[in-house]
Amino acid sequence: MASARLKVPKKAKKGDIITVKSLIKHKMETGQRKGKDGKPIPRMIIKKVSATYNGVEVFSADWAPAVSANPFLSFKVRATESGTIELKWTDDNGKVVSQSAKITVQ
Amino acid sequence: MKRERNTGLSRRGFFRAAGAGAVAAAGVSLIPVTALADAAKTNAAIDKLTGGTATKSGRIKMKTPIIAENGAVVPIIISVDSPMTDSDYVKSLSVFVQNNPSPEVAAFNFTPACGAAEVKVNCRMAKTSAVVAVAIMSDGSVYKAEKTVKVTIGGCGG
Amino acid sequence: MKMRQLLLALTFATTGTLAVTGLGLGLVIGQTTAAKAEGIRSGYSYATKETQGLQDDDMSNPGYLWVDTGEDLWSKAEGDAGKSCNDCHGDAAESMKKAGVSYPKYKDDIGKLQNIEQRINQCRTDNMKAKAWKWESSQLLGMTTYVRNQSRGLPVSVAVDGPAAPFFAKGEAFFNQRRGLLDMACKHCHEDNAGNKIRANVLSEGQINGFPVYRLKWGKVGSTHRRFRGCNKQVRAKPFKNGSDEYVNLELYVAWRGRGLGVETPAVRN
Repeated sequence: MASARLKVPKKAKKGDIITVKSLIKHKMETGQRKGKDGKPIPRMIIKKVSATYNGVEVFSADWAPAVSANPFLSFKVRATESGTIELKWTDDNGKVVSQSAKITVQ
Repeated sequence: MKRERNTGLSRRGFFRAAGAGAVAAAGVSLIPVTALADAAKTNAAIDKLTGGTATKSGRIKMKTPIIAENGAVVPIIISVDSPMTDSDYVKSLSVFVQNNPSPEVAAFNFTPACGAAEVKVNCRMAKTSAVVAVAIMSDGSVYKAEKTVKVTIGGCGG
Repeated sequence: MKMRQLLLALTFATTGTLAVTGLGLGLVIGQTTAAKAEGIRSGYSYATKETQGLQDDDMSNPGYLWVDTGEDLWSKAEGDAGKSCNDCHGDAAESMKKAGVSYPKYKDDIGKLQNIEQRINQCRTDNMKAKAWKWESSQLLGMTTYVRNQSRGLPVSVAVDGPAAPFFAKGEAFFNQRRGLLDMACKHCHEDNAGNKIRANVLSEGQINGFPVYRLKWGKVGSTHRRFRGCNKQVRAKPFKNGSDEYVNLELYVAWRGRGLGVETPAVRN
């Protein structure tokens, strides 16, 4: 089970542009490495990250194996209303890890 | 704390002089064949993305290390100048590392709700390479920027 | 900007330590005044500013993923005694606050030094009646990182006198002993050439104030013994085992070399 961190400012003024930071534990196996037996280790990466703000997708990223292991991602969102920002990470097998954080917008 | 670096200026100066002399003398391109192939691969990937639309320069700011401490984790910050309104925003930002086995790194998809088109991501670089950013706007225009990051072979592992 | 200047001013004004305030800024000063006075430098000071930036922000520092693992395990009951760490030790921020600065320590019941990994495993087997964790397992790395992280900012302060003295002497001898096909001792790189380059890397003093450390090269967190093994292999010497007496003794000596440096766990290094 991957562990993930998500940081969103607890409070913001309406209209402020806030920074969302995320980190997830994942090897991001490229498929280029060879195992001790000389055979290539199969690719297994997080290929999609999707961010929703109160259920509406506001930002997404498509990743290739060139994204570093334990990938960090930071992006911006305009604070419009109080609620939840949720991130979903999906890997090559379709497995999903999600993490959410609350924000209060005044 | 400042790190002492002994690389760079004197060596660069030497190569510049030598290179200029060699080009003048031989009239031959000094760009290695593999680098040409990598650039072609990256340009093909960009064309596929943009549908062949001509790319403009400007609007993209890239912050990259001059020398990567380790090619496995190269922090990159990219921001695209845009009001991010419903009628004028950055639709996507794609990042390529030209000299990687496959140049694609990531594609970021924005909406006006982002407020600003700025991302920070860590990428893997196999060797010294141009890092290329391509932004496609809501009106279909395409902007491109690139920065070279040096990746060296370390001396101490363990 | 102002906050940073204020914190820097405090560091150099006080004679004691600068405890990290949990402001979530993750700003760890790599050196306290005591270490600075003796000219001792943390590996942080040799890193590029981008790598320092990765360490400074708890949200970009991948080592924190292991701190999170340790935190989860802290309240997990395991073993026949049905206990979790929390049951005996309570809030780690309180009970483990000084744990990260004083290991390895001499321990009476085993008659030799014991480091953090061994201490954690002894707690598991003796008190929790649970199985010991493997040295580079995500659990032991997670717990070691979590525990040492509680001491972040506090100056390393190990005891090298009394019963620890003979082991400290062994560690010092190891550090200065040539070994391997390259016939080099730790000191040749980390004392004689700290600050110089080995190919494209800058050699640090080989301090361990940031361990378990997230090495960009490893793509994960690793222990001091993993690093010692790597260093030994680099000079083509046969590495010792994780948890070996040789490495635990060396750990005490190396920790003492970094006395006064702030604990930076989890540090980010090349």
